[in-house]
Amino acid sequence: MLRYVFRRLLTAIPTLFVIVTLAFFLIRVAPGGPFNQERGLNPQIKANLEAQFGLNDPLWLQYVHYLGNLLHGNFGPSYNLPDFTVTELFAKGLPISIQIGSSALLLALVLGSILGTIAALNQNRIGDYSVIALATAGSTIPTFVTAPIIQLVFGLSWKLLPIGGWGDGAFINKVGPVLTLALPQIAIVARLMRGSMIESLRSHHIRTARALGLSDWSVVVKHGLRGAVLPIVSYTGPAAAALLTGSIIVETIFSIPGVGRYFVDAALNRDYTLVMGTVVVIALFTIVFNLIVDVLYAVVDPRVRYD
Amino acid sequence: MTEIAATAAPAAVVGRSLWGNAWARLKRNRAAMFSLYYLALIAAVSVFGPWFVPHDYTTIYGDYVRTPPSLSAYPKPDMIQTALTDAIKRMRVDIKEWHQDGGRVVVTVTSTKPIDDRNVRYLDRSDAFHDTRIENKSPDGLEATMSSAIKQQYFFFGTDNTGRDQLSRTLVAGRISLAIGLLAGVVAGVIGVVYGATAGFAGGRVDEVMMRIVDVLYSLPFIFFVIMLVVFFGRNFVLMFLAVGAVLWLDMARIVRGQALSIRRQEYVQAAEAMGVGQRGILLRHVIPNLLGPVVIYMTLLVPQVIILESFLSFLGLGVQEPMTSWGVLISVGAKNIGYANWLLLFPAFFLVSTLFALNFVGDGLRDALDPKDR
Repeated sequence: MLRYVFRRLLTAIPTLFVIVTLAFFLIRVAPGGPFNQERGLNPQIKANLEAQFGLNDPLWLQYVHYLGNLLHGNFGPSYNLPDFTVTELFAKGLPISIQIGSSALLLALVLGSILGTIAALNQNRIGDYSVIALATAGSTIPTFVTAPIIQLVFGLSWKLLPIGGWGDGAFINKVGPVLTLALPQIAIVARLMRGSMIESLRSHHIRTARALGLSDWSVVVKHGLRGAVLPIVSYTGPAAAALLTGSIIVETIFSIPGVGRYFVDAALNRDYTLVMGTVVVIALFTIVFNLIVDVLYAVVDPRVRYD
Repeated sequence: MTEIAATAAPAAVVGRSLWGNAWARLKRNRAAMFSLYYLALIAAVSVFGPWFVPHDYTTIYGDYVRTPPSLSAYPKPDMIQTALTDAIKRMRVDIKEWHQDGGRVVVTVTSTKPIDDRNVRYLDRSDAFHDTRIENKSPDGLEATMSSAIKQQYFFFGTDNTGRDQLSRTLVAGRISLAIGLLAGVVAGVIGVVYGATAGFAGGRVDEVMMRIVDVLYSLPFIFFVIMLVVFFGRNFVLMFLAVGAVLWLDMARIVRGQALSIRRQEYVQAAEAMGVGQRGILLRHVIPNLLGPVVIYMTLLVPQVIILESFLSFLGLGVQEPMTSWGVLISVGAKNIGYANWLLLFPAFFLVSTLFALNFVGDGLRDALDPKDR
C-alpha cells in the first residue's frame, strides 16, 4: 500500500507540471497586464514595477524563474495586493474556506447517506418519492439562487441568521454558507446512496444475513452500508477538492473572506502569481483527495488491491 | 412452403420505428410531457411576450423606482399627490388647490411672476400624467388652472432600481438565457460529437492521443478556462458563449466516443460487415441512429448546464452586460437588493428554476423513452 501511495505521488508530478505550464502560458497570452489600470499608471512607475517583478524578461525566463521559486515553495508576491505574498493570502483565506467546505461536505455525507438509505428502504413508496423530489430540487436549483433565498428567509424574514459576514468564525455566521454549499451535495449523495443501497440490498450476502435472522438494523447498517458506500467514497474525492478550495458564489454572497474569490479576481486583474497559486492549490487538493479516496477504497472494499 | 407463405403474409404490419416508439413512450410520461408544454410556454412567453408588455425593457420610469409588484394600476391614489407636488415644484410655482376629477387631475397654481404656458411640459414629463392642458388663466397671468390625465400603468412584477419594468426585463432575459442555452449547447454538442466520433472510429493511436488531450483539459479547473475566454473575448457575449460552448464539449466527446467504440463491436455490425455492407452503409444505417439517442439525451442535460453557466458568469458580472439582461443578471441584481425589493430576486429566480426543472424532467423522460434496454 505504501509503495502504491508513493508511486501515485510520483505520477502526480508530471500532471502538476503540465497543469502549471498550461496555466502559466494561458494567462500570459491574455491581453493586458497586472499594472494596466484604468487610470493609466505613470509610464516610468509602471516600467519600474515591471522591472522589479521581472515582467520584462523573456517569457521562458520568467517561466523558469517561476518554476524554480515554486519548487522552493515560494509562490511569489501578489501583484494587486502588494502587501501580501500569495502564500500569506492563502494562509489567511484557506482555513476559512476549508472550515466552510468541510462542514458542508460532512453534513452532505451524513444527511445524504441517511436520506438515500431511507429512500432505498422504502423503494417506490412515499418516503422514496419525497427523497427523490428533494434530491431533484437540490441538484437543480443553482447556489446563486439558494444563497439569497436563505438570506431572505432566515436572515431577513425570520431573523434567525446574520445575512452575511464571517464574524471571526462564529457558528451562527457559518450556518447559511454551509447550508447553501451542502444542499446540492446532499442531493447528489442521497441519489448515489439510494442507487447503490438498492443494489447492495439485493446481493447474496445480504440475503444470507437476513436468512441468519440478523436484525434489520444490523443488516442495513453493518452489511448493506459497507457495500453501498463505495460510489460515495469515489464521489467524495473531487467533491472535497472543489468544496475545500472555496466557492466563489457562496463566499461572495455571504461576504466570507475565503479563497473562493481569488481566482476570478486574480484572473481579471492579471495578478499572475495569484492565479498560478490558485491553480496549483486546486490541483494539489484534487490530486491529494483522489489519492485518499483510492486508499479508502481499498480499506472499505478488501477486494480492491493495489500491487 | 405454402404454409410459410401464409404465415408471412400478415407480417406486413408496419413496425414502429425507434423514434416513433420513443415518442409513444414519452407521451405516456406525464411529468415529461407537462415539462415539455411548460418549456414551450416559457419559450413563447419570452420570445413574443415583450411585444405585448406596454413597457420596453430599457425604459426608465423615474417616478417608479423599486415599486412593488401589483395587479392594480399605478399611480396609486396616495402617489398622485407626491407626483403632482414634485412636478409643480419643478415649475417653480405654488399649488393653490388641486382635486381629482375622474381620470384627470385639476390643479390651480399661483406665482409671483406671469406663468408661462410651456410649464405644462413639467406635468407631462412626470411618469404619472400626460395630456396636460391649460384650462384657464387669470387676466394678470399670475394664476392658472391646468388639467392633466392620469397615466394608468401596470407593473405586474414591479420595477427595478432604476425604475424599469421587471416583467418585460424578465421576459427579455428569458429570450437571452434560452437563446444562449441553445446556441452554446448546440456548439458544444457538435464539437463533442465530431471529436468523439472521430476518436471512436479512428481507434488505436489517434484515439489514445485525442482522449489524453481531453483528460488534460479535464484536469484544468473549469472556471479557469471560462475566465480566460471571458478575458479574450471581452464583452461580446455571442462570441463569448460560442466559446463557452466550445469548453463544454468534453463530456459529450467522451460519451460519443464510448458509444461509437461499443457500437462498432456489436454483433449486428459485424454481421453487416460480413454481408459486405460498406463503411458508409454501416455508419448511416447502424452507427448514427444508435448514437442519436445518447446524444439527444445529453443535449437536454447540456442546455440547462449552459443556462446555469451563463447565469453564473452574469452573476459575477462577466456575462451579459447592461442594458441587455439575462436571468443571471436579474438574479444577481435581486440578490443585492433582497433587503428592500425581494421581487427583483423572486420573479427571475422562479423563471430560471422552473425552466431548469422542466429541462431536467424532459431529459429524464427522454432517457427512459430512448433507452432500448428498458422495455
